[in-house]
Amino acid sequence: MSFSHDCGDCPAHARPARMGVEIGNHDYVVALAGNPNTGKSSVFNALTGLRQHVGNWTGKTVTRAEGGFKFQGKRYKLVDLPGSYSLLSASQDEEIARNFLLFGRPDCTIVVVDATALERNLNLVLQVLEITDRAVVCVNLMDEAERKGLRVDVRSLARDLGVPAVPTVARTKQGLAELVAAVAAVIAGETATAPARAETPAELGRALDELVPMIEEAAPGLPSARWVALRLLDGDHKVRQALLSGELTRLVAEQSAAAERGGRLMAIEGAQ
Amino acid sequence: MDTTPQAILDRSDQLRGELGENFRDRMVTALYASAQTIADRSVRAGAGGKWDLDQRIDRVVTSRRLGLPLMLALLAVVFWLTILGANAPSRALAQFFFWVEGVGAGWFEQIGSPAWLTGLLWHGVYRGLAWVVSVMLPPMAIFFPVFTILEDLGYLPRVAFNMDWLFRKAGAHGKQALTMAMGFGCNAAGVISTRIIDSPRERLIAILTNNFVPCNGRFPTLIMLAVIFVAAAFPPAFASVAAAGAVVAVVLLGIGFTLLVSWLLSRSVLAGEASAFTLELPPYRRPSVLRILHTSLIDRTIFVLRRAMLTAAPAGAVIWLLANIDAGGASLADHCIRLLNPLGHAIGLDGVILLAYVIAIPANEIVVPTMLMCYLGSGMMSEIEAYDAIRAILVDQHGWTLLTAVNLMLFSLLHNPCATTIVTIWKETRSRRWTAVGAVMPLAVAFAVCCAVAQVWRLFE
Repeated sequence: MSFSHDCGDCPAHARPARMGVEIGNHDYVVALAGNPNTGKSSVFNALTGLRQHVGNWTGKTVTRAEGGFKFQGKRYKLVDLPGSYSLLSASQDEEIARNFLLFGRPDCTIVVVDATALERNLNLVLQVLEITDRAVVCVNLMDEAERKGLRVDVRSLARDLGVPAVPTVARTKQGLAELVAAVAAVIAGETATAPARAETPAELGRALDELVPMIEEAAPGLPSARWVALRLLDGDHKVRQALLSGELTRLVAEQSAAAERGGRLMAIEGAQ
Repeated sequence: MDTTPQAILDRSDQLRGELGENFRDRMVTALYASAQTIADRSVRAGAGGKWDLDQRIDRVVTSRRLGLPLMLALLAVVFWLTILGANAPSRALAQFFFWVEGVGAGWFEQIGSPAWLTGLLWHGVYRGLAWVVSVMLPPMAIFFPVFTILEDLGYLPRVAFNMDWLFRKAGAHGKQALTMAMGFGCNAAGVISTRIIDSPRERLIAILTNNFVPCNGRFPTLIMLAVIFVAAAFPPAFASVAAAGAVVAVVLLGIGFTLLVSWLLSRSVLAGEASAFTLELPPYRRPSVLRILHTSLIDRTIFVLRRAMLTAAPAGAVIWLLANIDAGGASLADHCIRLLNPLGHAIGLDGVILLAYVIAIPANEIVVPTMLMCYLGSGMMSEIEAYDAIRAILVDQHGWTLLTAVNLMLFSLLHNPCATTIVTIWKETRSRRWTAVGAVMPLAVAFAVCCAVAQVWRLFE
């Protein structure tokens, strides 16, 4: 890229600069979630300049990869989570993703979706939005959708989801600058988000109203007590276990201690 | 308000009872309904051209009758290309490297370096490196790019799709087909990839059996043996086809052992039901040339070669020392070989091959180079003309038969995983017991199978 110095600083021309693995002092943490095989690793590689192996098959990224990029003078750490279809089941890779969203407290979460299979991908988006308000949807594989004759109205999607949605073709880096700008705007609070949540039936609402304060008192600082309450009402084994063994409170405490130290080290490593 | 964890759990259990049985179903249904509404509003479908093509290809590639035969044919073509292309560069590399060895050793002698130093450095360390590079580099430089193309196209999930019923029948998880496919690249990576399997029981089966598919490191060994011995038994016109067929047969055998051992495990120590799963077939994507070159040449070829060279250098030194330290009229190597010979003979191999396996424990892809160095340790041969000459040495001077070659292929397919894989098994299971099983069980299988083959073979000889 050959921007002159002045132009590069101007927000209108700002482009993300790759930082590779030099992520020691970052200002923000951004998580990268999505269904398997939606081009998540391509987005990760394009933004960080790293070369995570990209394969055309499900379940390739089973561990968490981290990299960094710079945008408008701020340093971002990007955490590539394992691809998963939902946050409700119990396989190890899905647990890594869900633990990070819950306890890693990313400043923003990019959910990569496959434009050619939007309906199935939105299931995960809606689940992520249950946990966090600060998210941007990256509608990837727009070129493949076009080839299949699908027209995706990204503005309508963003309106319905209540968070920004950006069309991209990660392989050719189309739309990635806009994606990063959207992320920065969400973090800075310039873009207000109002995530869509599935309608709560009255009796469920009452149950949540009772449980949420209890959980908030038991584990102060938990990012989404509502989500934990929902999981408990569903009888989720792992969440029950985490609460009972004190792991839930421990993870929250470790995370805030790490944040106070300024390093924002990741307190949770899943079972890696 | 009592907010101990137990109190919260009790209250949530109570509330769940009040919400009714189908609460979960209703929640998931609501989620799916929202997703559908939003998707319907923002996607408009037109006439799709590529989608139909993908589905038409999939109907053939994953069909019940053609799926598996097509997969085998594809595999055979990959090996055939590798075999066809690797011979000439391998010969050129060997000639060049051994010419350098002669020049280098001569130069050392001229400047008056002691004989032991010249021997250790040039005929030990250097020769080990030269063998590894000339025997392993050419097949890898052809095999990896072709394999990576298949991977990027999206063929691997189709392989899993074709094979998952086999794994289910063996009482294992269908996704094990995917982790097995990963094992063809590297067993350690295959073991890590078992994280995609939810149930600990099925995951353990996948970890313990991953070693039965030959990894990138072992393919060059198998290909070389196939070229030297199987191909030589056929007229030249069919030689490369026959060699490719032999490698395919070995791979099939590996898959067979994976299934058999999975079945045995799921019927004994790891008993249980196979769980269901969904497997998504991604669209076919045009591979990107640069990425394929990077992945296959830098990440795979250079990676494997570097690792092999790092272990080959000390191995070369060890072999030279063993061959040149005299103890009671014979070299240490001779003593070791004599000691190992009876065991080697019982399983259709010989003492030298076993010694090479012991020396090459850190990275078993260097077994063949190590073995060749053991045979040539005394330094009587210096001119090696690649594959033809290797065959001449092994058959004419060291009494190799077709049985030796077949059993060596079997042994290198089945024997214990390399040190890296064993460490990975430990990291993933955090259990000494299962790590030990993962290391010793394949070795026992290898000895049993080779022994059985040798006994039966000798009955008919």
